[in-house]
Amino acid sequence: MSTVASTRARQGVTQARVVTSEWIKFWSLRSTVATLAIAITLLVGIGLLAASMFTAGTAPANGPPGPGSATDPVSASLAGTTFAQLAFGTLGVLLMAGEYGTGMIRSSMVAVPKRLPVLWGKLAVFTGVAFILGVAATTIAFTGGQAIIGDAGASWSDPGVARAVIGTAVVLTGSGLLGIGLGGLMRSTPSAITSLFGGLFLLTGVASLLLPDKWNGVEQYLPANAANAFASVSPSANALTPWAGLAVFGGYVVAVVGAAAWRLRRSDV
Amino acid sequence: MIEVRDLIKRYGDKTAVDGLTFTVRPGIVTGFLGPNGAGKSTTMRMILGLDRPTSGTATVNGRPYADHPDPLHQAGALLDAKAIHPGRSAYHHLLALAATSGIPKSRVDEVIDIVGLHDVARKRVGGFSLGMGQRLGIASALLGDPEVVILDEPTNGLDPEGVLWIRNLMRELAARGRTVLVSSHLMSEMALTAEHLVVIGRGRLIADVSMTEFIEEAAPESVRVRSPRAAELHDLIAGPNVTMLSIDGSVFEVTGMPAPEIGDRAARAGIPLHELTIVRPSLEEAFMELTKDHVEYQATLTGAA
Repeated sequence: MSTVASTRARQGVTQARVVTSEWIKFWSLRSTVATLAIAITLLVGIGLLAASMFTAGTAPANGPPGPGSATDPVSASLAGTTFAQLAFGTLGVLLMAGEYGTGMIRSSMVAVPKRLPVLWGKLAVFTGVAFILGVAATTIAFTGGQAIIGDAGASWSDPGVARAVIGTAVVLTGSGLLGIGLGGLMRSTPSAITSLFGGLFLLTGVASLLLPDKWNGVEQYLPANAANAFASVSPSANALTPWAGLAVFGGYVVAVVGAAAWRLRRSDV
Repeated sequence: MIEVRDLIKRYGDKTAVDGLTFTVRPGIVTGFLGPNGAGKSTTMRMILGLDRPTSGTATVNGRPYADHPDPLHQAGALLDAKAIHPGRSAYHHLLALAATSGIPKSRVDEVIDIVGLHDVARKRVGGFSLGMGQRLGIASALLGDPEVVILDEPTNGLDPEGVLWIRNLMRELAARGRTVLVSSHLMSEMALTAEHLVVIGRGRLIADVSMTEFIEEAAPESVRVRSPRAAELHDLIAGPNVTMLSIDGSVFEVTGMPAPEIGDRAARAGIPLHELTIVRPSLEEAFMELTKDHVEYQATLTGAA
């Protein structure tokens, strides 16, 4: 009996097999599962907390962002979105940049030397997992939140509600995809996380503070504002229409992922 | 079969691999030798498509590695033991790699047994010793039962038993007709395993020879002779192809004449011999001699005046 040989049909690499491989990778890391759990806990927990503090019409319109500042019952129950977005984004970064940090990328690329299928596989697995869990979490937060708010609460049949609840899951998934893209582009977890947080959150605040008034039209195109236009029932005054917001946010995702694909294809591993 | 043709890799203005051409044939273990920084790892990475050559080509079984539809069956590699996510278990690491090529779970269990990681397969790789990491790397190299096996410094961090195990594994793979390319910066390690040698230094080819040839040429045998009448004996064996090196008054070393011949000549002349020893420089010395002009990081001794 030999210790080395194996005789069996030889099969090749297919995109479906790479997706399976990425699925195994995704669920076999404790950090991935933990980050996912944190994201969902944040979304549901903060949403329910905000709902319990929500009183119709009394929230200050220009108050600081936080659990008590929601202006409508839907956004109160989804008040955890920002925090969950951080966690989903971080998860995306970890999935991709983590391979570079640990050297795993070399094993992955020897197994799949055409390279791009690995990126597509990660995007597919993440999109599937994040969107399904995201919809589940936003649904729980919304339903639970409205139950807490009671009579002043919104219902699924109110205009824009279903779009906002599912849109929040879309935005969470998109933030993670941005993380995967930035991770692949920068190949370093710290720089990718910094860029992601900067691009999603700091940019918006900085822009509204520093940009001259006549540039106001620019702000609505920033990633976080575009995403928010799609994921809320009552968008702020200078916002894009929901579907334009989705298109702009999607454009950012496509651009960053495209750049990551380009780098993966071109650069030495 | 690995074919490397005019391979060049530059990083900025630094040339890591400088016009390499060599062929690694199936059925034997080929040692890839060179001092640290000679370009061994870079060459292996280019063979596997991880690094893009500045110019030239490297093919595995007739095609660039990335052009094969079934890469893991074409080549398996241990590049460095750290090409593994420390948070994953050995089992899941191998399972994820196997999945890309539709390699079944049973083969994952098989390679885990081959490398002897059965008891720790479900533990996180982060807690593995260097030697266990090497074994896991070798397990992933064997997953697809590939035609070509590329091992970069596989004995790093292994205990003597592990070193022996790797040696036997490489021989067995070669005996089954596989192409085995193994790098090392230790000649002594290669001498026990490799039948063919590709030696490089500063990215250039220094030697592409069979081990026997290398030993004969780079480490010629000499004979140490000790006699109270050394001077007389010296004259007796002098000749056009014979070189002699005096060690001290009564001892000298002869190259170019075999020991029995020296003994016979001494006997015929009635010269007593106190020592007649065949001396072979260690392969390590021969290797260092061969590569001394090609060492990237040479230690310099600075004398304090």
